[in-house]
Amino acid sequence: MSLKSDIDKSTKKDRLRRRIIQLRRRDRAFAFAGLAVMAGAFIVLLALLGQLVYDGMGRISWQFFASYPSRFASQAGILSAWIGTVLVMLLTALTAVPLGLGAAIYLEEYAPKNWMTDLIEINITNLAGVPSIVYGLMALGLLVYEFHLGQSFLTAGLTLGMLILPMVIIATRESLRAVPPQIREAAYAVGATKWQTVRDHVVPYSMGGVLTGMILALSRAVGETAPLITVGALSFIAFLPHLPLTSDFPFLSGQWLFDPFTVMPIQMFNWVSRPQDEFHINAAAAGVILLVMTLAMNALAIVIRARFRRRIHW
Amino acid sequence: MNMTTQVHITPAMKAEAKELSFYYGGTGQALKSISLGLADRHATALIGPSGCGKTTFLRCLNRMHDLYPGNRYAGAVVLYPDGVNIVDQTIDPIEIRMRVGMVFQKPNPFPTSIYENVAYGLRIRGSMTRSDLDTVVEQSLKDAALWPEVKDRLHSLAYNLSGGQQQRLCIARSLATGPEMMLFDEPTSALDPTATARIEELVTELKQRVTIVIVTHNMQQAARVSDYTAFMYEGELVECDRTDKIFTNPANKLTEEYITGRFG
Repeated sequence: MSLKSDIDKSTKKDRLRRRIIQLRRRDRAFAFAGLAVMAGAFIVLLALLGQLVYDGMGRISWQFFASYPSRFASQAGILSAWIGTVLVMLLTALTAVPLGLGAAIYLEEYAPKNWMTDLIEINITNLAGVPSIVYGLMALGLLVYEFHLGQSFLTAGLTLGMLILPMVIIATRESLRAVPPQIREAAYAVGATKWQTVRDHVVPYSMGGVLTGMILALSRAVGETAPLITVGALSFIAFLPHLPLTSDFPFLSGQWLFDPFTVMPIQMFNWVSRPQDEFHINAAAAGVILLVMTLAMNALAIVIRARFRRRIHW
Repeated sequence: MNMTTQVHITPAMKAEAKELSFYYGGTGQALKSISLGLADRHATALIGPSGCGKTTFLRCLNRMHDLYPGNRYAGAVVLYPDGVNIVDQTIDPIEIRMRVGMVFQKPNPFPTSIYENVAYGLRIRGSMTRSDLDTVVEQSLKDAALWPEVKDRLHSLAYNLSGGQQQRLCIARSLATGPEMMLFDEPTSALDPTATARIEELVTELKQRVTIVIVTHNMQQAARVSDYTAFMYEGELVECDRTDKIFTNPANKLTEEYITGRFG
């Protein structure tokens, strides 16, 4: 009797052990499958990057940064393109940041909770998913034809500003929402008004997330090509925009806002569509630089987030 | 169950709830016609099982409920000596909160420096010279029994303080604005016994000059720090009397059952 129960016990134990071994095997199989998928994606990405860097690296020189486009590939450069990108990004930020911050603060802190607010909210989420070419078409109709802003830096900045506005609003709202209600109550409890609470506490404490969201939105805008082609970017500009400073009173000039523009991805697009191989190499080099610009912006976002995180943890 | 209450408050009253009812926007009535006097420069403890409305009552006293939509008050809470009705919707809640301070369940310092935490209430009240500000900050930290621990690091982050120190900082932040009445919402529930003892000691000192209302789950705490105790049950005030009377000879059977631990 006792022997039988011992045997029973040990077969039960064996069955359990076999089951565990089987489960462990499945566990490992899934981990391996995951690793394989990730490695596949990573290798493809690395190969693409490697190809780009391999092709373009040799072309990157001071001359490349300091030259205008040219019909000779070896003399062509990205001067007007990178300056254009910097200026357009500046205008994009100037448009999207104050509007996005203001809209997000209103929606998150002030707007009454009703169907109107819900409707606006749903539409902002939807706008973030609208294809960028649609923004280009809207900008062409509204800014170029209706407001006569021309095919200019101003049009380009406003177009990209509108494009990233929903993203800025969504990211900002999420950061504002992350400030715990206890902090708001602490401010209200000493007699602060809503505006004082928002200005002195909610916005400063969420600045890490807000800045990160804005930079990530800008780093998306930096690579946008379609909407800028739609509003009339030129791909061959052998001059720089007017300087914002002048020698005459009032020493500041907005003339550059109305100059024709180009940006890095458009310059690349132009070079890629040429038949000569030398231009393709130029495109690769410009691609490397655009990539570095984007990565630098993302790195900045990470640094800002880390800095704020170290200071504030709820 | 007899819910009518005799309130025996011999000293002058700082505030008096008169048939105060409160309704949450989402879940409906939470307070049912509460009439309760709060003795001037004494501590009144609010006790009762979870969900009995003691925190809800406390948050009526500085109109904290106004921050969330749909909430509604009925009845009155008269604040003496001027007799203003705290829950009157024509009275700006900012004015009430400038007179009535609050300390919360979980320490909630701002993620700024110790100094800025204490100075904030003064800053929003308007211009004050730097040296006046320094004086009030120092005095408030002394009153909150925190000064010796932080005097050498006033400009370091409040988050580096321990939980008990953070709670005393929150008390200093409230004290700095010179409140007439201070509301404590289970101020020690997130603290260890040593930190709890320090807060209780502090409350006992503060009640000499400020009216204190303290919500607590801990009946020993109510017995230690308060002069009057109000027992609430299901949104109603069951009994309010001198603390020693409530704990030795409660008039209501429900109160007796609660303080002897038979429910709650």
